[in-house]
Amino acid sequence: MNFLQFMMTNRQQVLDLTLEHITLAGVATLLASLVGIPLGILITRVPQLSKPVLGGANIIQTIPSLALFGFLLPAPWIGARGGRLAILALALYGLLPLIRNTYAGIQGVDPAIVEAGRAMGLTDRQLLLQVELPLASGVIVAGVRIAAVLSIGLATIAAAIGAGGLGEFIFRGLAMVNNQVILAGAIPAALLALLVDFLLGRLERRLGTLRLKT
Amino acid sequence: MTASPSRVSETEEPAIEFDHASFHINGRPLLQDLVLSVKQGETLVLLGRSGSGKTTTLKLINRLLLPTSGEVRVNRKRTSEWDAIRLRRSIGYVIQDGGLFPHFTVERNIAIVPRIEKWPQPQIDARVRELLVTVGLSEDLLSRYPSQLSGGQRQRVGVARALAADPPILILDEAFGALDPITRSEMQKEFRELQQRMKKTVIFVTHDLREGLLLADRIALMEEGKLVVDLPAHEFARSGDPLVRAYVEAFSALPDPNQSEREVSR
Repeated sequence: MNFLQFMMTNRQQVLDLTLEHITLAGVATLLASLVGIPLGILITRVPQLSKPVLGGANIIQTIPSLALFGFLLPAPWIGARGGRLAILALALYGLLPLIRNTYAGIQGVDPAIVEAGRAMGLTDRQLLLQVELPLASGVIVAGVRIAAVLSIGLATIAAAIGAGGLGEFIFRGLAMVNNQVILAGAIPAALLALLVDFLLGRLERRLGTLRLKT
Repeated sequence: MTASPSRVSETEEPAIEFDHASFHINGRPLLQDLVLSVKQGETLVLLGRSGSGKTTTLKLINRLLLPTSGEVRVNRKRTSEWDAIRLRRSIGYVIQDGGLFPHFTVERNIAIVPRIEKWPQPQIDARVRELLVTVGLSEDLLSRYPSQLSGGQRQRVGVARALAADPPILILDEAFGALDPITRSEMQKEFRELQQRMKKTVIFVTHDLREGLLLADRIALMEEGKLVVDLPAHEFARSGDPLVRAYVEAFSALPDPNQSEREVSR
């Protein structure tokens, strides 16, 4: 049985696992954005916090993913559900690119423009919402893109703790020593990552030209 | 002792006063013991090299900086006692190349202060159109972005934006510095005419003596964070101060059109 035949005969399961995968990575990226973007903004306002916050997110990033899933497993309030646990772990990994890009995006806005805004009497909030965030939006979306692609890739490992997703096929194929089954998980996951990368890349470019608008 | 006779509406009421104002950063003095006052309706040109403290002086007026010692008063009230946002909205600020928001159209750029001041929309629209006429721009430009304008157009939009909420004080930091010489000279002449009509209190920072002489009622020359001389514009070139002499000589060494004509005819 070749790979395509396997996909066709198991298409319902492929579809289910793909949807599960999208949910895992999607919710994780959303969570990471909801925490990471405000944190990134915060450290532009309170510069003393930038080192500890970026350092902390950096440390999380260095923990090997399988180990992080393992560490979180015994946590009683989340350990019961593999899916929730996996989302938390994926969200933690997504934090660094989001915090860093939000911070870098806002810091990268031409200081002369920020000062002109301040000199005109914009409040800090107006400056942030009307000037800094719009001008940083391309860089922030680039962070979302990195986090999303990272999550889609890492989410395959989430199957190891029973969270489902396309990793199910990969682990099953590894256990069965069956390449077709491995590919049935790996190829859709890779395609998904490429698709998300492409779509967010387009959005990023559109927002990027917003600052120059020719 | 008042300045040029063209400015008759000038009152003796000071709009801006520097009272022994100093500004230090990390122990390094950027401005030392400045004593200077600008009357309402007067145009003061701050002349000096880069690093002489001109921009610091401007930033003390709209409270982008607070003096580390001494005080700065705007309308007889210390800037430290002003609400910074209110103070800044009553002072128009023009910087080199306009400092426009690249993601806003010309219309939104000009309308920013009226909008945050929550003017009704029809009033904003009318004001924007009125300002376009004032600075000599066509309405076709309203929907353009700053990157689609020429340097001169951007600078005009910058002036229009600063004037939008009709602030009594206008400060300009090397406002025409990024323009080509022809556009620059046009802008200087137009600005002078505009100023004669509007009678605002203007502080104009430049390192160009000729620009200073053209626009100023009074010229204050700064060097290394200190005020060197403060003279009515028509007396400035005749001052015996060595630094003023150095300036005048540096500029008269340039081929001034009138002068070169004389040389040729001689």
